[in-house]
Amino acid sequence: MAAPEAAPLAARAEAEAARGGAGDGMAALLLLLLLVAAGPGPGPGRADAERERRDALREELLLSPLPTGDVAATFQFRTRWDADLQRGSVSHYRLFPKALGRLVAALGVRELHLALTQGFWRTRYWGQPPLQAPAGAELWVWFQPTVPDVDKAWKELSNILSGIFCASLNFIDSTNTVIPTASFKPLGLANGTDHHLLRYAVLPREVVCTENLTPWKKLLPCGSKAGLAVLLKAERLFHSSYHSQAVHIRPICRDASCLAVSWELRQTLTVVFDFFSSGQGKKDWSLFKMFSRTLTDTCPLASQSKVYVDISPKNKETELLEVSPPPTSVHEAIVQGDRKTYAVYDLLSPSLFNTSRSLNVQLKWKRPQDSSEMPIPTLHAQRYVGGYGLQTGEICTLIYNTHPYRAFPVILLETVPWYLRLYVHTLTIITKGKENKPSYIHYQPAQDRRRPHLLEMLIQLPANSVTKITIQFERALLKWTEYPPDPNHGFYVGSSVLSALVPSVTAMKDVDVEQSPLFTSLFPSSDGSSYFVRLYTEPLLVNLPTPDFSMPYNVICLTCTVVAVCYGSFYNLLTRTFHVEEPSRGGLAKRLANVIRKFRGVPPL
Amino acid sequence: MAAPLVLVVLAAVTVRAALYRSSLAVFIAERVEVASPLNAWKRVVEGLALLDLGVSPYSGAIFHETPLIIYLFHFLIEYAELVFIITDVLTAVALYLAIQDFNKVVFKKQKLLIELDKYAPDVAELIQTPMEMHYIPLKVALFYLLNPYTVMSCVAKSTCAINNSVIAFFILATIKGSAFLSAVFLALATYQSLYPLTLFAPALLYLLQRQFIPIKLKSKSFWLYTMQYASLYLCSLVVIICLSFFLLNSWDFIPSVYGFILSVPDLTPNIGLFWYFFAEMFEHFSLFFVCVFQINVFFYTIPLAIKLKEHPVFFMFVQLAIISIFKSYPTLGDVALYMAFLPVWSHLYRYLAHLGLFLCLPPAGILPHSWTPLDKAGRDRGHAGFKIRTVPPFPGTWTTLRNVQSLRYMGWVGKVP
Repeated sequence: MAAPEAAPLAARAEAEAARGGAGDGMAALLLLLLLVAAGPGPGPGRADAERERRDALREELLLSPLPTGDVAATFQFRTRWDADLQRGSVSHYRLFPKALGRLVAALGVRELHLALTQGFWRTRYWGQPPLQAPAGAELWVWFQPTVPDVDKAWKELSNILSGIFCASLNFIDSTNTVIPTASFKPLGLANGTDHHLLRYAVLPREVVCTENLTPWKKLLPCGSKAGLAVLLKAERLFHSSYHSQAVHIRPICRDASCLAVSWELRQTLTVVFDFFSSGQGKKDWSLFKMFSRTLTDTCPLASQSKVYVDISPKNKETELLEVSPPPTSVHEAIVQGDRKTYAVYDLLSPSLFNTSRSLNVQLKWKRPQDSSEMPIPTLHAQRYVGGYGLQTGEICTLIYNTHPYRAFPVILLETVPWYLRLYVHTLTIITKGKENKPSYIHYQPAQDRRRPHLLEMLIQLPANSVTKITIQFERALLKWTEYPPDPNHGFYVGSSVLSALVPSVTAMKDVDVEQSPLFTSLFPSSDGSSYFVRLYTEPLLVNLPTPDFSMPYNVICLTCTVVAVCYGSFYNLLTRTFHVEEPSRGGLAKRLANVIRKFRGVPPL
Repeated sequence: MAAPLVLVVLAAVTVRAALYRSSLAVFIAERVEVASPLNAWKRVVEGLALLDLGVSPYSGAIFHETPLIIYLFHFLIEYAELVFIITDVLTAVALYLAIQDFNKVVFKKQKLLIELDKYAPDVAELIQTPMEMHYIPLKVALFYLLNPYTVMSCVAKSTCAINNSVIAFFILATIKGSAFLSAVFLALATYQSLYPLTLFAPALLYLLQRQFIPIKLKSKSFWLYTMQYASLYLCSLVVIICLSFFLLNSWDFIPSVYGFILSVPDLTPNIGLFWYFFAEMFEHFSLFFVCVFQINVFFYTIPLAIKLKEHPVFFMFVQLAIISIFKSYPTLGDVALYMAFLPVWSHLYRYLAHLGLFLCLPPAGILPHSWTPLDKAGRDRGHAGFKIRTVPPFPGTWTTLRNVQSLRYMGWVGKVP
């Protein structure tokens, strides 16, 4: 595996050296520098140089037009490094970012998945996403079994990531962290799966902006200066319906025999450009229209740099799309159960930049698209809050299985904050009018101010059906300091996660991970008849009853008055003694006063 | 006397059964005045459902009932309505028998004092006649069974009815003079909700009075009897708690039940004083105020014991009233229990000031309005609801205070020759 990747790198280095300047002097200097760098390093210099060259960067951009006329662009940057980060013997970082490498080594992280998303992927209209993430920030991590205190490591990890990505991940604490038992299995190599080593947290209120994009881009080997990353300009990326940037770190097999471990870092960015706001009336897309940039150069550190455009015919007819300039090659693959055709632009092939220094891929529709032809994805879901008033409510989830004849199970994971008190005896699951009992339920009730609710269920979805899952909750009154600055905005409930192995229409062959495009290879598939899908539902916004924030003093005074009145009266009664007083006759003055008092209607003296 | 009692019981059972079948049952069950986080029926069902799922009911913050309730309702969940109706009837019968016995004792004492010429001549109108005293037990049973507060509590299936029943049996056992049964029922009542611990003092005073042991600190027999009673009580309490341990093989229920009662983490609105105060209070002082409020409940026992040592049953009534006003999660069921005792001291009412305030069934009118502002309007008018809700403690306190005053006055008047 090292040889084919090392060869282009070596060739590249030589080409650079040749381009860089006048011949021998430069070459000698470079050799000297190389020897100097390799010399004082730990271990034999030759082996070290070998080791440091065994990291590779692959980047790709997938442009897929969506059924509604929007365009989804998915960037993936994959850095693969044949080093063992866990041993701690690594000190020289080249393509793999040092910040993340040190993090993995120091905190004993086995897998890390962080996603920051703005917007919501509309599965019903856009189809199944290549990689979906819930709205807000999502972080889930598998730790190594050698970590002594997983909660402490989790807290440290969220704080460090918060600093690296300029996101408020430091708000992740025990009130929004859960330990799922079935929904999140390791995506990389794993020895055992003790779910106590897994932590999952979602911050639905988190907003993604340029401040988060900049550190994300900085982790790329070429930054945003060369290769596909030049297209990542913030003013166009955030002017979209959906923007999701993610970081995935996991260990993978170094080769087919799997005797050694390599570490893989994938940075993915998915953005959906809205036809109505940026299409300007015509549904023709181009890179310049989407990103206001074109591709000019390739990243010299990348071993592979490709642009894939989805030109699959919708009804097995002639293609709907026309792409220009003509692609380098055409690739066919079975992705998520469908046979798809991609036009491939290989940025490393010299013929691409021959005519012009820039590559502007353009997509033109050959004939107008019928909106009635929109394909419905096999699995999609919806979630909403039912009920009225501020005392109780109901969370309803609808899951649709549109496969005509195959039933399959789905795992639903719901994390509900503690202040919406769920009543699990009101949980009802109804499919086609009949009750559907889940074959596995894991419920962990919430503890006030310490832990959220966790509900995980395995539900069998019959073919061509709608399943409705409802659970009732009660809204709690919080202490006045626990409300956010705008309490009437409401409180967010994070998206629920649906994980399923969806049966595919066409059989998929097992393909070599290294050769196939990146967008097909994040989720491992065990057999060719189904593919793994992870969907997220909408986040919910729920109002809680609020006390009057302007009256703490009044309330305290009133309550203390009641208690004081009571105490005072009791004290009075218990210590009062009665004396007999003889009625005295009194003098003339008193009798006169009494007469006057009688006229006034006042009791006599 | 049995026939009118049976008639009253039948009427009460009919009213409750009719309400169970009507649509009001669901509406009443959700009202916060009758269902608090400690004794709501919905939470009992939730706890049993959690147990079925294999999760400990005490691992969450929903279920705060004692394991005894789990034991009871694990088998009787289908007959829940019947259980609550029977509980109410048993409470009423227990109160009836207790007050009947108590009246006999009072009458005997009165007769003795008249013969010994201890009363002043002009208090003839204060002396109770057998005719008046004959109907008091029936009035007590009536007051308890047909009180709208009790009916609402029963229809809401609030476990407050079970607590009231245990307290009623404790009162019956005390008045009958059985120290052992009184200690057992008191331990059960304390185990259910912590506050009946304060009823230890009036029960002890009554039993001492019955045994004709003088209440002097230097008397040896006084201390002997106190130690006996206290040890009976503590032993039964320990036995009950250990039995609860064996239900789920864990001590989780102790922080979930007693920790919850004492630290008041749940701020669901109810008719008490605690919730809005703790919702609006500064976090820094929360421990201080929790301690102050809890001490307030237990604090009146010793002074009242000193002052009312000759009237232990009245002391018990005042103590019940104090518990139901100042406890952390009061409901109307607790109020109904002490209201049932009002006919026993009907001869004091000529001295009762502020009669209008006493006839304070205005709470029954205001209460339905107090929760809706918070619910429907969505903004806070909860402070308005809170202010309205602090009114009910006032009549309670007023009644108790005026009763105490009247009793003392009467005692004083009676003694002066």
